Amino acid sequence: MDVRSQISMVFHLDKCIGCHTCSIACKNIWTDRKGAEYMWWNNVETKPGTGYPGKWEDQRIYKGGWEKKGDGIDLKGAGKPQSLTNIFHNPHMPVIDDYYEPFTYKYLDLIESPAGDDQPTARPISMITGEPMDIKMGPNWDDDLSGTPDYARKDPNLEKLSPAEQEAMFQMERMAFFYLPRICNHCLNPACVASCPSGAIYKRGEDGVVLINQSVCRAWRMCVTACPYKKSYYNWNTGKSEKCILCYPRIEAGHAPACMHSCVGRIRYLGVLLYDADRIEDVASADEAEVVSRQMDMILDPFDPPVIEAAKQNGIADSTIDAAQYSPTYKFVKRWNLALPLHPEFRTLPMLFYVPPLLPVMASVTKADNTAQSAGMNPIAKHWPDSWLYDTSTAALFGTIDEARFPLQYMANLFSAGDTAKVGDRLKKLMAVRLHRRRVTVGDVAEDTVSEALATTGLTPQTADDIYYLTSLAQFDDRFVIPAAHREQALEMMEFAGDVKGNTGFGFKNATAERGS
Amino acid sequence: MNALNTFLFVAFPYVAVIVFVVGVIYRYRQKGFTVSSLSSQFLEGRQLFWGTVPFHIGLLVVFCGHFIAFVLPQANLTWNTIPIRLLILEVTALVFGLTVLVGLVSLMYRRLTNARIRAVTTKMDIAVELLLLAQVVLGCWIALGFRWGASWFPASLSPYLWSLVKLTPETGAVFALPWVIKLHIVGAFSIVFMVPFTRLVHFVVAPLNYLVRPYQQVMWNWDRTAIRDPSAPWSKARPKNN
Repeated sequence: MDVRSQISMVFHLDKCIGCHTCSIACKNIWTDRKGAEYMWWNNVETKPGTGYPGKWEDQRIYKGGWEKKGDGIDLKGAGKPQSLTNIFHNPHMPVIDDYYEPFTYKYLDLIESPAGDDQPTARPISMITGEPMDIKMGPNWDDDLSGTPDYARKDPNLEKLSPAEQEAMFQMERMAFFYLPRICNHCLNPACVASCPSGAIYKRGEDGVVLINQSVCRAWRMCVTACPYKKSYYNWNTGKSEKCILCYPRIEAGHAPACMHSCVGRIRYLGVLLYDADRIEDVASADEAEVVSRQMDMILDPFDPPVIEAAKQNGIADSTIDAAQYSPTYKFVKRWNLALPLHPEFRTLPMLFYVPPLLPVMASVTKADNTAQSAGMNPIAKHWPDSWLYDTSTAALFGTIDEARFPLQYMANLFSAGDTAKVGDRLKKLMAVRLHRRRVTVGDVAEDTVSEALATTGLTPQTADDIYYLTSLAQFDDRFVIPAAHREQALEMMEFAGDVKGNTGFGFKNATAERGS
Repeated sequence: MNALNTFLFVAFPYVAVIVFVVGVIYRYRQKGFTVSSLSSQFLEGRQLFWGTVPFHIGLLVVFCGHFIAFVLPQANLTWNTIPIRLLILEVTALVFGLTVLVGLVSLMYRRLTNARIRAVTTKMDIAVELLLLAQVVLGCWIALGFRWGASWFPASLSPYLWSLVKLTPETGAVFALPWVIKLHIVGAFSIVFMVPFTRLVHFVVAPLNYLVRPYQQVMWNWDRTAIRDPSAPWSKARPKNN
């Protein structure tokens, strides 16, 4: 057992309101530079939709991730033989038009144009060439456009749905969508690391953050192909690949990453997971149906004495073990079994987990008699004489999740390699918690219904309350349990701290002493 | 004339090689960030294929041909004793030389006509492309007009190059060569000279190490077994100040 610590994330999709505050926080700090304008280390997609870059989930186009070859696995589009034979030209690399050409506007024209008959306009200009351009695509171009033929119907996840299910998804009254915020998954079996010919990409041992060494990156661009989530981006100006760094300078200082700190819906959780690194290869090469469950098995119980013992032997600090015990991600992922990784079939063992959204599954439009309500309204009040009700009551739907508004298969294609049982289990748990809380706060749900719902999902009222607390009431320190980075210890292993005692900061005591003497 | 010849074929080669070695080491250590060729595939991918692939593959073959003739002149000459073999060498060299030419022209056309590529083009890129173009044109000209290079290169140029390596320059044969070939030799050392200052430096960091390293790389800030061991000294680093 090789116990390692990983900073992992959970995104609670029911809480995401699609405001893109996370994307903006990240953009302002990290990618507001020449060559990086088009990069969104954090982006929020509307699902069903094609995402960013377009159709990134379709690996027949982009050839990302791992695939089974014989007993083991190998990279699909990069990897040792392909990377070197394709080194002069990478046939599977997306180009900037797959994302969008970054643009700005000539705002000064608004002010400096000479007086005339028409209002001056600010023309869009390309941020690459500086020439005027026609904007064909932009960040979140498909935002909220679910249901449209250009975006929603080209979603690669629809393929495994029957035509009838697809049609049902796009009927006007039944149509639903949800938001999918994405950052780098900081995988346990990262394809980008494996694909880098120069060895510039590495996973940090202490916290599992995956980073690209900019001084070693030589612009071979294989990571862009290899990452199935398309979260490694090529900077066309510097000729280096860049990716989400999980705000490691913030994490080391005890702050939450910018996207998480700024999250308006408070959907994001960050904490330590302990895992057994000896099992990575084994789990990544498991059968597709088993990858998720075996990834869950790989995550270790931080309260288990042998695990703690092995963790200590591996140099994991007590503070990290402590953080693992308080970790909100451990609760969501392992203890409550509520979260799932995105596209586990890519076999990178992502460490960002999603609590699947219940609302688009649950809510429906039903026939209702609104005459009494309409009659009671003031004549000047704006109301529609229709007989529909947007129904979000939970009781009727429990147990019929399979026939729900949003095909379960779609969620399963996203979060469990097509296994509807795993997604269904999690949605039922979310439903049971809702029923339980509805009974506590409103009291219009029968006790039998609640206890039956809790019993079928294996929850106790106490656990349901805990889930409710962490979902709805959790404070900052509950959502982000960040272990100390212990860089001071790392430093001491490399140099004798006494050597620099009395120095002015970074070791230039002598220079300081000599100056002016 | 003799002074110029001496400068071009004795002094300049040494200068070029020294600049190459010192410059590459300096750039790698001091400006590691810049040691690569700025790929523009991300801005334009299709046209690039028809330029970069013939250019690089042709260049590799042609370079290997020159290199083998330089390293193993005797074997080269022995191989050439049967005319058909000589013909195979010559045709191969010309075909791949033309491949480089086609690729390079295609790359230059793309660089000059595509607005996105122009945005990432430096003056040095143009300089390198012109230098390479001149070199390739001269090379093809020599292959066609000065037969048979596969024989006279190992017979007269290899000894000259080896004499440079041995620090005892023998320049008689070179001085007597036609000016086209002389230009080609000067061009070759100019390219060597230019490597540390241009994108050509990327060939120095060809990622051959990738073949032997494991796929996954994990890096630690600390030695994770020592950090928890109570018997280990709290600092492994030896004090320097006493």
